Amino acid sequence: MLYREAGQFKSTYAEDQQIFPIRQDRIAVFLLLAVAFLVVPLTANQYWMSAILIPFLIFSLAALGLNILTGYAGQLSLGTAAFMAVGGFMTYNFVLRMPWLGIIPSFILAGLCAAAVGIVFGLPSLRIKGFYLAVATLACQFFVLWALQRIGWFMNYSPSGVIAAQTIEILGYDFDTPAKKYLLTLAIVALLALLAKNLMRSETGRAFMAVRDMDVAASVIGIPMMKTKLLAFAISSYYCGIAGALYVFCYLGTVEPEAFTLDLSFRILFMVIIGGVGSILGSFLGAAFIILLPIFLSVLTGAFTQATGIEPSHAVLSNLEVIIFGGLIIFFLIVEPHGLARLWQIAKEKLRLWPFPH
Amino acid sequence: MKRTTFALTLAMAVGFAGGALAQAKEQFVPANFYWVGPFAPGGSGIAGGMIDYFKMVNARDGGVNGVKFTWEKCETEYNNARGVECYERTKKHPPTGATLIHPLSTGITYSLIEKGTADKIPIVSVGYGRTDAADGRVFPYVFPMITTYWSQNTAKIKFIGQKEGGMDKLKGKKLVNLYLDGAYGKETIPVLDVQAKKYGFAVTHIAVTYPGNEQQSQWLQIRQIRPDWIILRGWGVMNPTALRMAQRSGFARNKIIGVWWSGAEEDVVPAGDAAKGYIAAGFNVSGTNYPVVRDIQKHVYAKGEGEMDDKSRVGSIYYNRGVVFALVTVEAVRKAQERFGKGKSMTGEQVRWGLENLDMNEAYLKKLGATGFMQPIKLSCKDHEGGGQVKFQQWDGAKWVVISDWIESDQSIVRPMIEESAAQYAKEKGITPRDC
Amino acid sequence: MTNLSFFFEVLIGGLLAGVMYSLVALGFVLIYKASGVFNFAQGAMVFFAALTFVSLVERGVNFWIALVITLAVMVVLGISIEKVVLRPLVNQPPITLFMATIGLTFVLEGLSQLIWGSQPHLLELGIQDVPMEWLVQSTGMVISQTDVFAAGIAGILVAALALFFQYTRIGRALRAVADDHQAALAVGIPLKHIWAIVWAVAGFVALVAGLMWGARNGVQFALTFIALKALPVLILGGFESIPGAIVGGLIIGASEKLAEVYIGPMVGGGIESWFAYVIALLFLLVRPQGLFGEKIIDRV
Repeated sequence: MLYREAGQFKSTYAEDQQIFPIRQDRIAVFLLLAVAFLVVPLTANQYWMSAILIPFLIFSLAALGLNILTGYAGQLSLGTAAFMAVGGFMTYNFVLRMPWLGIIPSFILAGLCAAAVGIVFGLPSLRIKGFYLAVATLACQFFVLWALQRIGWFMNYSPSGVIAAQTIEILGYDFDTPAKKYLLTLAIVALLALLAKNLMRSETGRAFMAVRDMDVAASVIGIPMMKTKLLAFAISSYYCGIAGALYVFCYLGTVEPEAFTLDLSFRILFMVIIGGVGSILGSFLGAAFIILLPIFLSVLTGAFTQATGIEPSHAVLSNLEVIIFGGLIIFFLIVEPHGLARLWQIAKEKLRLWPFPH
Repeated sequence: MKRTTFALTLAMAVGFAGGALAQAKEQFVPANFYWVGPFAPGGSGIAGGMIDYFKMVNARDGGVNGVKFTWEKCETEYNNARGVECYERTKKHPPTGATLIHPLSTGITYSLIEKGTADKIPIVSVGYGRTDAADGRVFPYVFPMITTYWSQNTAKIKFIGQKEGGMDKLKGKKLVNLYLDGAYGKETIPVLDVQAKKYGFAVTHIAVTYPGNEQQSQWLQIRQIRPDWIILRGWGVMNPTALRMAQRSGFARNKIIGVWWSGAEEDVVPAGDAAKGYIAAGFNVSGTNYPVVRDIQKHVYAKGEGEMDDKSRVGSIYYNRGVVFALVTVEAVRKAQERFGKGKSMTGEQVRWGLENLDMNEAYLKKLGATGFMQPIKLSCKDHEGGGQVKFQQWDGAKWVVISDWIESDQSIVRPMIEESAAQYAKEKGITPRDC
Repeated sequence: MTNLSFFFEVLIGGLLAGVMYSLVALGFVLIYKASGVFNFAQGAMVFFAALTFVSLVERGVNFWIALVITLAVMVVLGISIEKVVLRPLVNQPPITLFMATIGLTFVLEGLSQLIWGSQPHLLELGIQDVPMEWLVQSTGMVISQTDVFAAGIAGILVAALALFFQYTRIGRALRAVADDHQAALAVGIPLKHIWAIVWAVAGFVALVAGLMWGARNGVQFALTFIALKALPVLILGGFESIPGAIVGGLIIGASEKLAEVYIGPMVGGGIESWFAYVIALLFLLVRPQGLFGEKIIDRV
């Protein structure tokens, strides 16, 4: 009953096509953003901001990028971490060699570099489909990491393989505390998520979904395959590139290829699958799940030890964490293959009637 | 069912909030290590040695002047993001926050340098980490203690020179630097190049793709080069694979010298016979015949409270390394207490002073029961390394046998490189180096 | 040692390495052929098999008995995976199944180290890992005995599997299931039994691969990474073809080693991490289904 759309009439096309057509949705999102921007920086403690919220936002952005490619356009990709790496490294290089650019233009340019790499490694998608494409994107993953490692220019010929990222400075204002980094990340992610949602309801988004559903039929009705697929790769890599840049500058503080391994690509793919393929909200939910789960398990085992006094060897605990993590993933896939976004949709359906039974 | 859920939720809330109420007379040290993944043998061994030493100090001495050590374990999976998260979770643990942090990973060390400096928590990277942080003027909160990678490398070349009959005999010799492709592996390339020019030997750097279980092409190249010595800079599975490949290629293992992350039992046992004769560097030795280790067995294991499920690992290289880590932690706290108040819990800032003024000479080590176990160290504001010596040991098929005395590193090569690199970092970050 | 004999040494070494890759790829192919699932957990299964075997031997169990016990464990594991993980997911899109097998990888890795610990182990198969003397004497080429032994084992395994699929009733049933599930059901082939058998056979192949690889590098966690080495082999050979796995393995192994030795030093080395994948990718552009794979027919 809370969630009824009765009484909300659309009288113009613009109203009909808006991103959040239901008033309750609009209010909810507005409240959420207000809390995120105003309440959280003032009340959350530093651990929550720097260890949970910032990585949550960054990974949501990366999951969003992958969702555009895999969820909306149907091109399976395992090279997400490589695109993030390109974004991170190119931002470092732009700030290093062209400091007059400023950090936001550096982010944007680095994203464009990642998009270019995405287009190059997306070319095989014109010939290959499904799993074969996934394995082809692995070529991207390994090659990009090798190139970043081997070509000294990327790391400014540093003797050790790890370089410290520069401090973020916008218009003379330093972003060095966790609260400021959080606000910057939140602003960027909110903006890009809005753009993504808008993109997916436009003609481009519909073209993506047509390619995902049945690309032969799509090309028959006149959707250009090459342009659409490469555009999907480009946009997706752009998002991943920005996520990588934020990862380097707002979270890790170091620029190294080893932060962008295959393991990270898999984690982001997990976020997309568990959150819900083809759903913007799903990217956020999936990221929250994957980020919070290891922390939750770790705290749970700590609490178990404190509560019962039994302290099994930590190797046992750590291995149990890994097993539970894998087990939960399998469990989730069995119970709700369409992901957390579908669970949210079901909840909304039920809210339409609640508290009435029918 | 509901009650247990409630109790569990309550316990978790408390856990998340940052630990139970702590008494004032405690010294908290985060135990952020790794017990799973490809490097679990090293991580679990060092963790075991470290925590056992704390337990021993608590049991035998009642802590340091009555202040007992506490710890909290957090799994980092040797992953930077997890390492940062574990650090953030426990850095404000009562009573005085984290005393210091042993990241046990060069990557995590780099990620924590700025955070630790801002939070005033010393980052102690014994035998790994950022080498140029040995210049304490630029890195007040980072301590690559005992011996850094560059120092170790120069000591290795000295050892090779000794074996050849003099440093002048190095001229014209061929060396191969077989390294794991990555930040850790590439660290010693510059210092080797500098020494190659100085002593006139030829060095070829050959990269092994992570994780290192495929080395066929690399060893074919080595067969073509026919070097006199190979320096093995591996980690994990790269090490036994290299020794096996050496056996296959007919390369004498006593001409292979490994770094101390290639020189533990876990690195040679999987290679079986192929590892006999292999030499590795170390800043600590193996064995249980040292008073510190015997005390751990007496006060901790006799009561059944030891960390290692497999008791045969007590006294192994990684275990003893963990003991060394804990030893310097305890002594730094002791030193800090001398200045800031005996019997009080020390803050990170105070322990930083303690680390910087640590002076453990031979007499001091003898009192601790660690003679021969580790080298004497003396840190200062300018020098956060404090030691720079290396011992070499050889695998005889069953155990590591020490075959050399402590060999000094060549600071005339290393120190200028450290200061140059640190100065560049200071310029990039806009840090004014301290006056020492 | 002449340049030519060095070239042959690299080539033969690469071919033998390729055979080792094929051993792992075989497990993938078996499962994909019969149930259409890309079992990413094959690497973890190899690790689990090797670790179980070597831990049993270290505890004093006789070599052959340990082998039989491990085989039984792998068969049980395979059947339970099929029942617990894959049966509930039977109609889901392939990406979901793939992700489930990745989750399974985590579970198997954690389980192996939980039960047997994380220390690395030595695996002795009785074959010394030394160069073959007569070859060194005559041509100066250094080819390891273990490699040749592993190649022999792989050859026998492939031959046995080929015979199994061609001439036994179960083998024919497996091929029928691989062709078309519904048609196989229509002629009365018990699908669930067949899947259980396939997973059991894959478990056996994982055990053999685990023994060979474990003997080479020791049994430790890094064994799970060999699944990533097998993927380019699968692309090249086609996901559903056993001869494809062998041929693909040989091609990938040889080209990878030749590239690393001859091209590698020019670009700074370490190209092995991506070279196999790039080769496979270029190959796919020409022949999207792999060498021996089934042609992909898109029905609209």
